[in-house]
Amino acid sequence: MSQGEPQSIVVAGAGQAAAQALLSLRQGGYTGALTLIGDEAALPYQRPPLSKAYMKGEFEEERLYFKPAAWYEDQKIELLLGTHVIGIDRAQREVQLGHGGHIAYDYLILATGSRPRPLPVPGAGLEGVHDLRTLADVERIGPKMVAGRRIVIIGAGYIGLEAAAVARQMGLDVTVLEMAPRVLARVTSPVLSEFYEAEHRRQGVKILTSVQTARLEGSDGHVTAVILADGTSLPAEIVLSGIGILPNEELAKEAGIACSNGILVDRDARTSDPQIFATGDCASRPLVHFGRSGRLESVHNAIEQGKLAAAAILGLPRPAEDCPWFWSDQYDLKLQIAGLSQGYDTHVIRGDPATRKFAVFYLKNGTLIAADAVNSPPEFLTSKKLIMAGAKIAPDLLGDTSTPMKDIAASAAA
Amino acid sequence: MKETEQQMPKITFIAHDGTERTIEAKNGMSVMEVAVTNSVPGIDADCGGACACATCHVYVDEAFLTKSGEQQEMEKSMLDFAENVRSNSRLSCQIKVTDDLDGLRVSTPESQH
Repeated sequence: MSQGEPQSIVVAGAGQAAAQALLSLRQGGYTGALTLIGDEAALPYQRPPLSKAYMKGEFEEERLYFKPAAWYEDQKIELLLGTHVIGIDRAQREVQLGHGGHIAYDYLILATGSRPRPLPVPGAGLEGVHDLRTLADVERIGPKMVAGRRIVIIGAGYIGLEAAAVARQMGLDVTVLEMAPRVLARVTSPVLSEFYEAEHRRQGVKILTSVQTARLEGSDGHVTAVILADGTSLPAEIVLSGIGILPNEELAKEAGIACSNGILVDRDARTSDPQIFATGDCASRPLVHFGRSGRLESVHNAIEQGKLAAAAILGLPRPAEDCPWFWSDQYDLKLQIAGLSQGYDTHVIRGDPATRKFAVFYLKNGTLIAADAVNSPPEFLTSKKLIMAGAKIAPDLLGDTSTPMKDIAASAAA
Repeated sequence: MKETEQQMPKITFIAHDGTERTIEAKNGMSVMEVAVTNSVPGIDADCGGACACATCHVYVDEAFLTKSGEQQEMEKSMLDFAENVRSNSRLSCQIKVTDDLDGLRVSTPESQH
């Protein structure tokens, strides 16, 4: 139990989870000191468009901001941007700042996010080799995205494939390299992998699976080619690395807070130190609908945990824990994902992938645990509810397109 | 307030409890963005305007339904499964602000979830 009302809450990090925590704290009635510390220079902004519309240069930076600068002033939130937190003194309840100085907290919310896994090959430091995580990354890559240039994307996860779609739409020569035997191997089923691989090839993207990048070659400090383990040389002016992310858990670890692939938190987003919370990409949380814990890299997760932390700090009822969900935009395909498919034993396809409108449902012991819906909102939205309800549904029914999703939902509820 | 030559379209948001707020909107932004940047309550917009989450649901004043633009297939389909949908329901991330929308009134549902 803390003594009385908190006087100072510090949020370390400036992404989606941080922005939500600020909003929920103020909406929840907290009027004390509120400080956000972010290592990037920009106001807190949305990351999803970085690999989608924003990468194409379709709109200006301001439209990525969660809130305009005036909002922070109005809400009396102190913004320390371009500032690193270098340590947490739990005994003194202070965070130490990179440029000297420290800030006292009654509660600290770690929303430190994640960072791209570094490309573990020689030549990764050459100019023209990029990650895709921050506004600064897009500022560097953007001007180089010129029709006719060759881009090699290492890693066929969602970020890599979204970037591939954008680059192709901008007229670049695009090659995607994947170590696994199929694209999206870590995150989805072979059905989806096959569909997206075919789509990218149809759009003119070259996809090489089961390949290992050995090194990057350069000239005058600038990348010129990607060399594969079998000796194949792929000439490139731009190399984009998208091989996953690592949770920024070091601050917590060094302060003695329990971590294991992420900062361990309970359902309220509270860490092993009751004054410290962790939210978003950096946190490993109970996944209540799935009977296990894990780290989720998603907007929904960041928003939900921001709300959970704020509510717990203010002593408000715990907000609902929704079914995890995700989305990905590639070409004219909107993929909406409900639930977590890991560990499924049965899958059912509803609709025909050739029509670019279909869904794949994943079941475990007869219970629906996830769905991938391509251009199919009814399947997505219904699945979210059915997954939360722990519904058991006959696979044949899910695959029967003559039965509308509303009827399937009703039959599961009956 | 400074008088400008170009009048910005005014949009009135009506909360579930009847509270009204009128905001000068910038052309080209979505009605959702206008609401979120001005902290209009009742619009969550979790996905930031990707037409992926249906948490920016609003009811559009009937007089403006046509002017608010045609619904794309995705939006229609999302709305079909949202809560408390009415004939004048729209996803505000899919309504682009134009001069034609000056005077637009939209109300927000009790809950987005």
